[in-house]
Amino acid sequence: MEPIMRVENLSHVYSAGTPFQKGAVRNVSFDIMRGELLGVIGHTGSGKSTLIQHLNGLLKPSEGHIYLAGKDIWENPKEIRNVRFRVGLVFQYPEYQLFEETVRADVAFGPKNMGLSGEELEQRVRHAMEDVGLDASYLDKSPFELSGGEKRRVAIAGVLAMHPEVLILDEPTAGLDPEGRENLLRCLKSYQQKRKSTVLMVSHSMSEIARFSDRILVMKDARVLMCGTPEEVFSRTEELETAGLNTPKAARIALALRKRGVELPESIFTMEALVNALAAKKGGGGVC
Amino acid sequence: MLKDITLGQFFPGNTLAHRLDPRTKLMVTVLYIVALFCAKSFVSYGVMALWLVTAVQVSKVGYKALVKGLKPVWFIIVFTAVLNLIYIKGTPLVTIWKFTIYREAVETAVFMILRIAMLIMGTFLLTYTTSPIRLTDGLETLLSPLKKLHAPVHELAMMMAIALRFIPTLIEETDKIMSAQKARGADFESGGLLQRAKALIPILVPLFISAFRRADELATAMECRCYSGGEGRTKLHVLRFAAKDYLVLALAAVLTAAVIVLGRMGL
Repeated sequence: MEPIMRVENLSHVYSAGTPFQKGAVRNVSFDIMRGELLGVIGHTGSGKSTLIQHLNGLLKPSEGHIYLAGKDIWENPKEIRNVRFRVGLVFQYPEYQLFEETVRADVAFGPKNMGLSGEELEQRVRHAMEDVGLDASYLDKSPFELSGGEKRRVAIAGVLAMHPEVLILDEPTAGLDPEGRENLLRCLKSYQQKRKSTVLMVSHSMSEIARFSDRILVMKDARVLMCGTPEEVFSRTEELETAGLNTPKAARIALALRKRGVELPESIFTMEALVNALAAKKGGGGVC
Repeated sequence: MLKDITLGQFFPGNTLAHRLDPRTKLMVTVLYIVALFCAKSFVSYGVMALWLVTAVQVSKVGYKALVKGLKPVWFIIVFTAVLNLIYIKGTPLVTIWKFTIYREAVETAVFMILRIAMLIMGTFLLTYTTSPIRLTDGLETLLSPLKKLHAPVHELAMMMAIALRFIPTLIEETDKIMSAQKARGADFESGGLLQRAKALIPILVPLFISAFRRADELATAMECRCYSGGEGRTKLHVLRFAAKDYLVLALAAVLTAAVIVLGRMGL
């Protein structure tokens, strides 16, 4: 796999030159591979939100570079708007930015800004709505009469309709009920697989990240703590715990069992894998 | 960017100017404004300048912050000065092309500049040294006699306190919505006036909705805590005049009287 985006020695300082100076991101480097779902996890204030606002050029790095398909996104500052179409960013609680009279018009806002119109625009709106699991009957409704979860999906569709090469989501499941979370995450995963798109997802929930990510980036105190496949990251359970991050439940159970002498591989981090491993040990081979 | 706007910003501190009762400061400010409008000439303006300088020294606010406060109005100041220069007649001083500048015009223009600048700096000093909560508290107590006339003084003070409290919240919200719409390719910087005004709709609609939502939530929260207006409500911090308050008030009254007398004498 080749990287579609590369972040190199990125640093960002807020309120530079004042007594309130604060480094929100310090010397961060990592790659985003084409077609992967990269999960970003870290404590509140670990710099996740600042980091992702750099990826589509909303914030300008104090130091370092960001490359999109090999080109520095700040090479030509006048072209930064194009970068925003290619790297779609969904903010936290995106439903608060809905403003149009109909769902159709709101989803079309992004692609319209790209200069699209007519049949192509309509097609994109319909496809984006399909991607988030809403049918065409929603198109003529007012976004303000929808439920919270539906509003969230419409807002995400508004970014998907721009057909971004990289989709970035800041805590897309925050404030949703367990069922809404599950549905939304499944939609996003199937979007990534079906459209062969690259997705970067920030989350607080280790279990969510563990189940849906191809690779995981762990942030702590404005720096990258680790970056790798879920197996690599969660095999360092103890390191994660000392960093104050909770690991998925399954990984914790596996660790506790290992400590008591049960031989289990280090790569277990989902309930499914744990159950299978334990069943195999028992010799029964049964899967629940 | 939006966060840099100063709106009667409060600089915390522990000087005499900060510790004074907000009612004292309000009354002194009113006296100061009255005196400023009664000042006629060099001597009385000198007294006013002395008053302002003393207050600034005591408050330790710093002249830089005060001059920065003049930024939004300096156009008005210059405009007034130029009008005065052109229209006031008297003893000719110099003639440039078709315009004759008169001695009286120069004097009036200088005084006009001084008056507006000092007016703004004086009132800024009030908001720089008094937190919004204490300011509304003082205002409410000062205006409380109007309750006899059934004026909703408490309600007005509460509205003012809430409005001040939510300014930073709404600015932050605006910033967030702007970033979100920019991420969808919204363009606020180019195009003509009409186009730019139209570009604001994606910000204003969500902002209004969220402002109403917040207002609704706040109202519910206040009702849950049985808020029912000012009737019979007591205060956590009761305002009390101290010796220093009487002293400062007396001093301000004397200065105002002096400036009025000096003004009458044409000084």
